[in-house]
Amino acid sequence: MSRKLWPFHGGIHVDNDYKALSNTTPVQPAPLPAELILPLQQHIGAPAKPIVAVGDQVLKGQMIAAADGFVSAPIHAPTSGVISAIEPRPIPHSSGLMGNAIVIRSDGADRWIERPTSSDYRSLDPAQLREQIRDAGIVGLGGAGFPSFIKLNPGARTAVDTLILNGAECEPWISCDDRLMREQPQAIIGGARIMRYALQARETLIAVEDNKPEAIAALRQALHDVDAAGELELVVIPTRYPTGGEKQLIQVLTGREVPSGGLPLDAGIVCHNVATAASVERAINHGEPLISRYLTITGPAVTKPGNWEVLIGTPMAELLRLAGGAEEGQLLQGGPMMGVVMPSRAVPVVKTSNCLLLLPPAPTTPPHPCIRCGRCAEVCPVKLLPQQLYWHARAKDFDKVQDYHLFDCIECGCCAYVCPSQLPLVHYYRFAKSAIWAQEREKRAADLARQRHDQQQQRRAREQAEKAARAAKKRAALAADSDDAAATAKKAAIAAALARAKAKRAAATPENTDNLTAAQQAAIDAVDARRRTAQPVTPPQDPT
Amino acid sequence: MVEAILILTLLSLLFGLLLGFAAVRFRVESDPIVDKIDAILPQTQCGQCGYPGCRPYAEAIAAGEAEINRCPPGGENGVLALADLLGRDPVPLDPELGEPKPKLLAVIDEQTCIGCTLCLQACPVDAIVGAAKQMHTIIASECTGCELCLPPCPVECIAMVPVTTETATWQWPLPIVTEPK
Repeated sequence: MSRKLWPFHGGIHVDNDYKALSNTTPVQPAPLPAELILPLQQHIGAPAKPIVAVGDQVLKGQMIAAADGFVSAPIHAPTSGVISAIEPRPIPHSSGLMGNAIVIRSDGADRWIERPTSSDYRSLDPAQLREQIRDAGIVGLGGAGFPSFIKLNPGARTAVDTLILNGAECEPWISCDDRLMREQPQAIIGGARIMRYALQARETLIAVEDNKPEAIAALRQALHDVDAAGELELVVIPTRYPTGGEKQLIQVLTGREVPSGGLPLDAGIVCHNVATAASVERAINHGEPLISRYLTITGPAVTKPGNWEVLIGTPMAELLRLAGGAEEGQLLQGGPMMGVVMPSRAVPVVKTSNCLLLLPPAPTTPPHPCIRCGRCAEVCPVKLLPQQLYWHARAKDFDKVQDYHLFDCIECGCCAYVCPSQLPLVHYYRFAKSAIWAQEREKRAADLARQRHDQQQQRRAREQAEKAARAAKKRAALAADSDDAAATAKKAAIAAALARAKAKRAAATPENTDNLTAAQQAAIDAVDARRRTAQPVTPPQDPT
Repeated sequence: MVEAILILTLLSLLFGLLLGFAAVRFRVESDPIVDKIDAILPQTQCGQCGYPGCRPYAEAIAAGEAEINRCPPGGENGVLALADLLGRDPVPLDPELGEPKPKLLAVIDEQTCIGCTLCLQACPVDAIVGAAKQMHTIIASECTGCELCLPPCPVECIAMVPVTTETATWQWPLPIVTEPK
């Protein structure tokens, strides 16, 4: 461990991280639920597009929704069964809104679809690898859920300098990555090598916080067993929240800061979660798409905390029963720092769910006014001024909050954690961010409307001008015609033709009128009389 | 003395030329304040203000002919932004022109539509697609919710529906905290 490490600004050290509650017991498979709910939006980007219909029989691992666009990810059936509905269902989103979801009634057989035989990843082109990873529906399992295949594309660069596997898991209470590193170090290392190959990365680091000695030992042993060439390097980093933040981890490992608004790739670095690496290994070496994940279920209101391997789509209520969760209490997806409150327990586990944290019903203590102590600025890992952001967000001064770089905020929650007034600071930042996004949407819509209105007016003006020009041209042509000799001759010819036709009509007499009987003559007379007195008849009305 | 007069005359000539050149070279075609006002207006082109579109209203405001409270779709925030830009006192919205409403979207009942094209001509942003005796439909992403297509429709097949909030457009509410005194 001779590697030099760098510190990052701020952050907090949590004395009791409560990880021991859940990380001592092996991961157990959660029982197969009767119904699985698979929201179409489980990742950043466009929602997936269903490719099955209600009533279809599906097999485990079968793709049921395809990626819609580039930044999107497909969804697979986590077990065999029947599609019972494609409809809006409660989803794990703080809004409490419904989202479209595919519902599978499991048949209990858990029958796999035929899986492609594994091939050596080194025989594949990196582009083919990315395609397979995309088709396996793999997204970042660390929390954001960005489609992983995009982050395995070095883009214009021919190679990236550093691939970082994030095993920091810095947030208290959560231990699913810890258990994964202890139990499946080979899978993580296998995935890391595939990712390294896809990116043609110069070096690959696996970063683990030093509060996970068992995971470090397991990874070291596995590296010793399979990675004789030393392609990968295990780096033990100090425990400090939020080291697991992508930009913080990069700073700790490389000393490089990702510029504001930039991507790690701009600095030649790509960062993936260890769980993502393990699912990449499963997809490439075993042909299994992402249909399950490790999940920590813990919290003060849970009697049997631990980690489970759960199928994506399992309702959270069933899992809480499994862990002996209390009936009352507030359910968070994620940890205590960054977790979001779930609107109900009926929402399913999605690809990005890493932890269910059940808190007992807390007495609501109203926050105190800000005393401007500045502790929030001391702990902010992005060196922002949380206090200023708070004041301006509260005053809805959205220009000012952007001047204070609101959009560099990673919502880690350090400021709210140390705030002696217990202000819900992150909530204010989320409020300001979503309000600014809404303003920008409105602005874009207004700009579009202005452009379309302007173009319509220009088009109408042009059409009117063209019409006027056509009319003027016609008038001019008519005026020119009148004093043209050829035209006069033509007019004379037309007049002569008209006169001839008229004379011909006058000369024509009714034929076959000789030798009529009296009755026929009378009938003709009657018709003539009727014709003379007849009124013009209005045409019948259109019934519509 | 003579030198000073000469220098000053030369300087004034020089700057005069410079200013004259700038006036020609950097000539501004339209009143920039009109653009700024127009940027604040919501561009529904609905005509509720009494002017045929947002830009004419912006021109009227710039010319001092119109009050800044004649735009219900812009709402209170729009009035405040205009007051801020123009240095005028904010005034409440003119109640005669209607209440600010949540954003609406026009929807054509395609079973009832007879394909008369009257709404096409009324739409200020060309958000309706159709042709004579063909069914018409509204491009939802382009509709500004101005309601101008409603009066010309002979069969009243256009309805205004409120825009539903989705997870992508949902906004976090401002935290409601009652701070102890």
